[in-house]
Amino acid sequence: MYEIVAREDFSDSTFLLEVKYPLLAKAARPGQFVIVMSNADGERIPLTIADFSPERGTVTLVIQAVGKTTMEMQRRCIVGSALYAMVGPMGKPSEISKMGKVACVGGGLGVAPVYPQARAFKQNGAYVIGIVGFRSRDLIFWQRKFEDVCDELIICTDDGSAGIKGLVTDGIAMAVDKHPDIDEVIAIGPPVMMKFCAEATRARDIKTTVSLNPIMVDGTGMCGGCRVSVGGEMRFCCVDGPDFDGHQVDFDELMRRLTRFREDERAALERWQRNPGCRLEQEPTASE
Amino acid sequence: MAKKTIRNIPQERTAMPVQEPKARVRNFSEVALGYSLAEALNEAERCIMCPQEPCVKGCPVEIDIPGFIQKICDQNFRGAYDVITDTNLLPAICGRVCPQESQCEQVCIVGDHLEPVAVGRLERFVGDMAVAEGWSNEPDIEPNGRRVAIVGAGPAGIACAADMAKAGCEVVIYEALHRPGGVLSYGIPEFRLPNEIVDDEFGKVIELGVKVECNTLVGRLFTIEQLREKMGFDAVFIGTGAGYPTFMGIPGESLNGVLSANEFLTRCNLMQAGEFPYKDTPLHMGRKVAVIGSGNTAMDAMRVSLRLEAEEVHCLYRRSRAESPARAEEVDHAEEEGVIFHWLTAPVEILDDGNNNVRALRCIRMELGEPDDSGRRRPVAIEGSEYEFEADMVIYAIGTNANPIIGQTSNLELNKWGYIEANEQQRTSIAGVFAGGDIVTGAATVILAMGAGRRAARSMKAYLGILDPVEMAVSDPERPRIFGIDARQRNYRRVRVAA
Repeated sequence: MYEIVAREDFSDSTFLLEVKYPLLAKAARPGQFVIVMSNADGERIPLTIADFSPERGTVTLVIQAVGKTTMEMQRRCIVGSALYAMVGPMGKPSEISKMGKVACVGGGLGVAPVYPQARAFKQNGAYVIGIVGFRSRDLIFWQRKFEDVCDELIICTDDGSAGIKGLVTDGIAMAVDKHPDIDEVIAIGPPVMMKFCAEATRARDIKTTVSLNPIMVDGTGMCGGCRVSVGGEMRFCCVDGPDFDGHQVDFDELMRRLTRFREDERAALERWQRNPGCRLEQEPTASE
Repeated sequence: MAKKTIRNIPQERTAMPVQEPKARVRNFSEVALGYSLAEALNEAERCIMCPQEPCVKGCPVEIDIPGFIQKICDQNFRGAYDVITDTNLLPAICGRVCPQESQCEQVCIVGDHLEPVAVGRLERFVGDMAVAEGWSNEPDIEPNGRRVAIVGAGPAGIACAADMAKAGCEVVIYEALHRPGGVLSYGIPEFRLPNEIVDDEFGKVIELGVKVECNTLVGRLFTIEQLREKMGFDAVFIGTGAGYPTFMGIPGESLNGVLSANEFLTRCNLMQAGEFPYKDTPLHMGRKVAVIGSGNTAMDAMRVSLRLEAEEVHCLYRRSRAESPARAEEVDHAEEEGVIFHWLTAPVEILDDGNNNVRALRCIRMELGEPDDSGRRRPVAIEGSEYEFEADMVIYAIGTNANPIIGQTSNLELNKWGYIEANEQQRTSIAGVFAGGDIVTGAATVILAMGAGRRAARSMKAYLGILDPVEMAVSDPERPRIFGIDARQRNYRRVRVAA
């Protein structure tokens, strides 16, 4: 139903899926996300849209295989297969304001979804500084794509094997030193990264927008699992976000809430890893 | 046969056979098992066929209740099904989840002297028989070329879709979740409403030629305005519901182990988290569960908790049992199953175990003061009565608000709480766009939503200029009269005059 038309593996844990859903590809805007189910017994997982092409009628997702569901997807989502469900575009689109100068910061899984934002700002006439972080040189992806839409691109690697040695926050420090007139920083990545990006810009009071990724079920405002504290108020990420003012977000609370199902996730993964190939053998038997 | 009177009918209301509490808390099978044939016949005899028929007026969709009960008495069950499905396509669902005690059964004349006729149980009996026998009534549908979009595959949308399809329109239902049914699928648990029943009765709507597009988020994928202007729909019905959960704003609500009843029930019902890890959605069930609130949703959450082997399940409600908004039967069932009720109790803080998990609640005792706007006595905190109450899972079931996406993405007029403004004909501020159910009224019942969906269908037909025979008669200002007699009042007898 939601056919996978292309796939690319960036590393042994990160992979890209291009999924056919022409209406969604036409409606999607930077900053929005989708919820997918890989199979009928699967869980609903939110994924930020990494790219979309109305021409090809496809939506691109970049997925990191970290748990049972994503590892199973890494194994099974081959070109020609299909997802059981994909719904979206969810969340409010990012506000691509008419800023003069912006820094688009992506780390880990956030590298991909920050790309459409960089592209949109570029199309709006902004001066775009891309700051992307990877562990090492061989994990870098989309460098050309970023170079095409960024006026400057700062690549940060943990081991210094490419670009500067350091974290994206070091890249932000570099950028703001060189460009004191940066109007806005957009940061997408793991919560801890976004937290430190927001800290890095707080002193200079640079508007910093982050894209949150809490646990959710329906994505339409009905479960409340994705509630986050922003400026002391409870907000639902799925319908009030996913973009929020990074200086107002309680990241520590978000990170605590992301551990809600840690034990269950670990158990599911271990169980799956014992016999990853076959779903049938995992069904309960009469004696169980 | 002698005319039935209060004196000669069976005096006792026929009891509903149920699974024993001890057995049922260990399974997800239905609690209420349904009438046997003999039980249904016995209960049907209790209807005295009063001419006033107050029950019909008491029913939001005006089922011809004495009509179908008479068919049961005649042992013409297929006939009973036909009578019900004239106005209600989903008898097996409504027989289970309607609050009959405050509708048809509340106004039943028998109920003035004895227990009222068990209309809901009889409706369910007929509905279940139809499911078992595979009956369905497909009317002759003559396509009229009109296209109607329905947003939300819940009770309101299903009811509106069925009526519009019967009228000959091409109907498409758009649903955001991966499964149709709305609250019937994600909210009401299996032991009150089996998924099989939902699938079967929903299947009858599909048989009318209605198309269902799941995984379609109207508002974001395309807007209400685009449906009308770009996608060629002549009319649109919005039945997106009110599922946005409310929290209290007390400290500790972000702790792990605190969740809304909607999240809890969605994980369990829609995503079948009870079967984790065979199914992928986790729940992380607590051992000592505290549910805040005492409505039907709270009862559902507590009874699911028991079935998922919580050791203790507690209900905290700031008013007393008398003010509990849940159906009395639901409270009784929950109590029988072992739920411990704490009336006149409100939480003021949720306490953590040092690891971001819930450890306990700090509660305060309440007493009832003067009546408030709702007419119920207002709970007032008793100073100095705070105490700690141990729990490792806290479920909020204190109400919901409008689902926000349509409001965020259209120019529809909303009221100050975010519900869509619609008049008695369910018309919204945009011509050709109708709305009904919880998204207009706020959280209510399945049958009220279905009633609104049917009302919307009636005014949609008027808007589209589709006149079916019954509507024509009603909407015709100049009623056809024969010798000054209104043919539809049926207050005359036709006689054949010899030539």
